[in-house]
Amino acid sequence: MAQTSLQTSQFCTFYLDKLLFGVELKGVQEVIRSLDMTKVPLAPPVVSGLINLRGQIVTAVDLRRRLELAPRPPGMLAMNVVVRSDDGAVSLLVDEIGDVVEVEEDSFELPPETLRGSVRTMIRGVHKLNDRLMHVLDIEKACQMTDAVETATTGR
Amino acid sequence: MSDSDIVQDFLVESYENLDRLDRELVGLEKNPHDRDALASVFRTIHTIKGTCGFLGFNKLEKVAHVGENLLTRLRDGQLTLNPQLTTALLGMVDAVRQMLGSIEVSGGEGERDDTKLIATLTRLQSPPEAPVESTAKSAVAPTPETTSEETVSPLSIGEILTQRAGVTPTEILLAVNQQKAGDPRRMGEILVEQGAARSADVVDALRIQQSSRTQVTASDSTVRVDVGLLDKVMNLVGELVLARNQVLQFVGRTKDTGLLAAAQRLNLITTELQEGVMKTRMQPIGNIWNQFPRTVRDVALSCGKEVEIEMQGKDTELDKTIIEAIKDPLTHLVRNSVDHGIELPRDRVQAGKNRVGRLILRAFHEGGKVNIEITDDGAGLNVERIRKKAVERAVITPEQATRMIEREVFNLIFLPGFSTAEKVTNVSGRGVGMDVVKTNVEKIGGTVDIQSTLGQGTTIRVKIPLTLAIIPALVVTCGGDRYAIPQVSLLELVRIEAAKVAKSIELVHGAPVYRLRGRLLPLVYLDRELKFAADASLAMANDGAVNIVVLQADERQFGLVVDQINDTEEIVVKPLRKQLKSVKTFAGSSIMGDGKVALILDVLGLAQRASVVTETRERVLSEKTTEAAADAAEKQTFLLFAGAGDSRMAIPLSTLARLEEFPVTQVEMSGSQWVTQYRGQILPLIRLNVVMEERRHKLRALQAPPAPDSGPIQVLVLNHEGRSFGLVVEQILDIVEDRADVKSAATRQSVLCSVVIGDRVTELLDIPGILRSADVSTAPPALAMKSAQVGN
Repeated sequence: MAQTSLQTSQFCTFYLDKLLFGVELKGVQEVIRSLDMTKVPLAPPVVSGLINLRGQIVTAVDLRRRLELAPRPPGMLAMNVVVRSDDGAVSLLVDEIGDVVEVEEDSFELPPETLRGSVRTMIRGVHKLNDRLMHVLDIEKACQMTDAVETATTGR
Repeated sequence: MSDSDIVQDFLVESYENLDRLDRELVGLEKNPHDRDALASVFRTIHTIKGTCGFLGFNKLEKVAHVGENLLTRLRDGQLTLNPQLTTALLGMVDAVRQMLGSIEVSGGEGERDDTKLIATLTRLQSPPEAPVESTAKSAVAPTPETTSEETVSPLSIGEILTQRAGVTPTEILLAVNQQKAGDPRRMGEILVEQGAARSADVVDALRIQQSSRTQVTASDSTVRVDVGLLDKVMNLVGELVLARNQVLQFVGRTKDTGLLAAAQRLNLITTELQEGVMKTRMQPIGNIWNQFPRTVRDVALSCGKEVEIEMQGKDTELDKTIIEAIKDPLTHLVRNSVDHGIELPRDRVQAGKNRVGRLILRAFHEGGKVNIEITDDGAGLNVERIRKKAVERAVITPEQATRMIEREVFNLIFLPGFSTAEKVTNVSGRGVGMDVVKTNVEKIGGTVDIQSTLGQGTTIRVKIPLTLAIIPALVVTCGGDRYAIPQVSLLELVRIEAAKVAKSIELVHGAPVYRLRGRLLPLVYLDRELKFAADASLAMANDGAVNIVVLQADERQFGLVVDQINDTEEIVVKPLRKQLKSVKTFAGSSIMGDGKVALILDVLGLAQRASVVTETRERVLSEKTTEAAADAAEKQTFLLFAGAGDSRMAIPLSTLARLEEFPVTQVEMSGSQWVTQYRGQILPLIRLNVVMEERRHKLRALQAPPAPDSGPIQVLVLNHEGRSFGLVVEQILDIVEDRADVKSAATRQSVLCSVVIGDRVTELLDIPGILRSADVSTAPPALAMKSAQVGN
């Protein structure tokens, strides 16, 4: 192909409330089915619990809540996308796993100005795929709980 | 072995040597004629110098060389060590250390200008006055038991003498021949007699021979291990412990005896392995204390004080990570004690103390924790000054200040930005530090406490856990999940059977308590604290038994009510990620035997959440009294009780004859006066709530008989001026011992004054006043109750 000048990157995609999201593949440690989870009382609501990932204790973050989407319908088992953050592994709970997609740099666009609120900081932008838009998730921001804690304690 | 390996070894060894030098030089300063120590210092410098030359570190060699020259003079007795010399030599040690640091980082010695240091060291070599008469000249003759040692030594005495004392090989040979010819004397004796060697040289040589031998054995039995490797092994053992727990759980369900036996063995071996690995990480606290004599000397010198340091329990062992974590806080505390605690020599003499201040470091194990005490015999903390300062800085209100007891006031100095130093020195007094000390100690699960007596000194007590990685814990279930409670904070377990629950758990204005051996234990319901059940009356309505875990948090006790108590287990602590750092109720997490994750409760955090720690301070009084046995004489024992409208009141216990409880049916009316028949006499009952009532309500209230359906009444039977009467109170709270030296004037009648008892303001009743206002002059004469004692 003739697009040697264009940078491509791979994304691991997943669905949340029918929206397509992607995280950079190199930041993903593994994808696993739902695991036994230990609730953490008093924790910020976005923290679903703790899971035992082969002897490593990993915090599971409910991405639906984190991104202020509708709660997961009861009976729907979440998948774990385990990503590497600055502070070790974090498991992101998603609805369904999609394909690994390869996108070019020029299909990227910043989020529209009309996207507001805390969600904006977590969505870096979108890649325009053929049939739909893929939201690029900022792993660090999504795993950062400080602002989430504040909103949780001030009563959301 | 590559060059860099050699350099690495050189660095590790030299750092150790330098630490020893610090110690030995400070020791020498006190005892300048200790030839053993001098020889050892000399040897250390000599070794460093030699290796430097070999590795091509010229600057380093030059500095070490002048230092060695100076030490030669000292060793030969041409100079005597004085503070000036010690400072110069310590300066040299610091220079060497800095250069080693730079070698470690960059591989080079760095751009340093040591000409000044070298000049100082050289200048000091020529003694200011005539050389001091050598003490070595009069050295004793070699001791007889050295013969056998000569034969096994790696270096013969002759060789050493040839190298160091200029004895020629011919002279040695002659002496050896003489021995062979039948001379029964030792080599050294022969040489001295022949005038080939001075007796001092022979003594030195023997000493060198001996120390070289002990060094050989020490290096044979120890290995240097990289800490990273140790940490890895520790982690693996942690995983093994988890796997073992898992295996044991499966094995519990099997009947296969072979498997059972194997699992038992695995269990034992794992435990032993774990203990062994833990031990490799244990280090004596002396490792960090050893630098303190130097620290103390430097700080004392810079502020013109004289301080002697004493250490007890140097061998007390602690986990390496903890040792590292407390190093800085301890150093700070020691510096602080010298800078603030101990007074200037002239002030000390004026106060009738020895001009040399004493600093005592003490470490010991107690109840699974390590206690470290730093005691000085200095000026002590001035409670009033701290109070004033705290009010000035608006840390507390003047009102709070008067209410605080001594211990609380002392704890104020741990607040950020709080310093009581009159002047800021470069050592301390900037108000940063004590708060950092406290935070750092608390970070590793420790506590800091201060005791101080004005004019006599201060003791700072640091309590820290032995290790952090693997801890014994009690596993409990609550709301269907398991939680681990670190055993260190566990006191006991109490189970109340279903039938007794309703009676045993009482309410203090809605707050549940349990009488544990006569004392009220506040109860905290774990499910409520963790916000599981919205139903607040759950526990009361619960028809099952109640399990109480009695815990200790920051010297306060409370009972944690859980659904089920499972078992004790060794758990591997894994920290919580930053997403959960804000949840103070949990200290970490761990993987249980079945592979599920359980949260570890942070007892202190939980207590704070449930307000145990801030609200019910008076619970700790029993500890406090034993602690302060010294000033027990000034203390008084009070009976605490609740008066009308939940007010806290007290009377001195000495005025009390008995505590009684009467059913209302026994209360009779004598006119408008409540009375009861008590031990064959008529006891007038004075109702405290009526006495305290405002005048206009009083008359009506006075005449009302007791409501027939109310519960039994609590009565304090008192003796006053030979007459007895009963005081009806709402509730009896406690018996406490306190100094009650914080007083303020009474705000209402029948009250003598307000005092602070058990950290809270309490009204001390005016008994004669009550008698007057209740007008019980018509009451019957005294009951004969001389033999009566307090009891219930």
